Amino acid sequence: MKKWISCLSSITLLFCLSLTVSAAENIIRLATTTSTYNSGLLDELLPVFEQKYGAKIHVLSVGTGKALRMGRDGDVDLLMTHAPAAERTFIEQGHGIEAKSVMYNDFVVVGPSNDPAGIEGGSDAVSALRAIAESQSVFISRGDDSGTHKKELALWKSAGVAAGFDGYKEIGQGMGKVLQVSDELQGYTLTDRGTWLAYQHRLQLKMMVAGDERLFNPYQVILVNPASYEGLNTEGARALAQWLVSAEGQTLINNFRINGEVLFHGSAQQVVTNQ
Amino acid sequence: MDMSLLSTCKEALALLFNLDAELWSIIGVSFRVSIMAILLSAIPAILVGFLLAIIDFPGRWVLIAVFNALMSVPTVVIGLTLYLLLSRNGPFGELHLLFSQPAMVIGQILLCFPILVCMSHAAFQGIDRRAWETARTLGAHCGRAAITLACEARFALLAAMLAGFSRIISEVGCSMMVGGNILGYSRNIPTAIALETSKGEFAQGIALGLVLLLLALVLNFALASVRGKGQLV
Repeated sequence: MKKWISCLSSITLLFCLSLTVSAAENIIRLATTTSTYNSGLLDELLPVFEQKYGAKIHVLSVGTGKALRMGRDGDVDLLMTHAPAAERTFIEQGHGIEAKSVMYNDFVVVGPSNDPAGIEGGSDAVSALRAIAESQSVFISRGDDSGTHKKELALWKSAGVAAGFDGYKEIGQGMGKVLQVSDELQGYTLTDRGTWLAYQHRLQLKMMVAGDERLFNPYQVILVNPASYEGLNTEGARALAQWLVSAEGQTLINNFRINGEVLFHGSAQQVVTNQ
Repeated sequence: MDMSLLSTCKEALALLFNLDAELWSIIGVSFRVSIMAILLSAIPAILVGFLLAIIDFPGRWVLIAVFNALMSVPTVVIGLTLYLLLSRNGPFGELHLLFSQPAMVIGQILLCFPILVCMSHAAFQGIDRRAWETARTLGAHCGRAAITLACEARFALLAAMLAGFSRIISEVGCSMMVGGNILGYSRNIPTAIALETSKGEFAQGIALGLVLLLLALVLNFALASVRGKGQLV
């Protein structure tokens, strides 16, 4: 018995010592939004880059608000986010440099198939939201200061409706979770098309409104300003950003499909031709 | 819909037995971090518990009450505090520890330390004071006598370590905040369950839950076998 125990404990000890090994690699920390991670896009893209450049990318998938905060605190090297106004402020305050437009998709409004607000098939997002509020239907909001949440608040503002009507529920979770909750509660919600396509087959929700130009959803990469913090892997982050907007990265983004549907469109073509 | 529970469990078992690499890397991270944390904190915490039981000093009960209170601090609060300390913007930013396994180990040490202290204190308290006095009069120096006492209280101390381990292997808040849930590096069982459920991949979540359950059973059977049939000694 004693022998057995000491054998087991020495094995666990060895196991633990391997904890410290994985240092001194070229690690790039990328803070990105749940929409790019949960859709599976990054799983497709990043291994290609890692192989080519011998780097290891640590992905932190959080809302845009938290990602920008991580960038401001110097806890990550590169950001990939989708909230143009917040990103502009971030750069103006000197926290980030070299913003590059990488890709875009769009937001869509989805909802239950019985459609109590009667908005199915429309293409005017603002009046659709107004109809949801007026019919006091259930609307699930991200409520987490993410890019999608910021977009939603902007839309409520243009609709001239305060976001606190009866059916309005803020749940403070990621996009996938919000879709699940909307499905369970038979509510409407605003989602990016990528996550919607990735989750669609598990949900009974239907697409309601799409194609409004106010629903445009651009993604940018921004380097965290190396002047603010020491020890950032700016070289690696710059290589990754440049690879994402290169012809190869853009092709991979354009070719990424879920159930045969395109999720993201590369938007860096101009940059490629300029080089 | 009746599809969910049964088919999800089936899928989960398939994942486990097919040695899904991603799944096993997650299990590895979980065990490595938590075992490291419990090993690092056990001896100092038991020592503190011992000192609290043996030394009489003013304010001792206050200290004991504080440790008791610390047991119930939410894991996210520890996580947030540690996050602010370890962030590049914070006082220990120079160490570049945030979003790494060592950061998770530190968080889990903070979580299990109070439990170990309180339970080992209770264990030592349960021992007849005369055991200590006898050992001392028989010529044992303090350290030797302390080891004698620890041997007397070994089952209770084992139970304390088990309770501490249970707390840290299953906590999600702190690991999520300071580990960052990075695949293959700092994603452990609880954070993976949280992520997979949010993605709607329930099978992965159930598979990982089964691993945790299995582990709890193994640990408790091991303890039971050491302990005998639970009779008085």
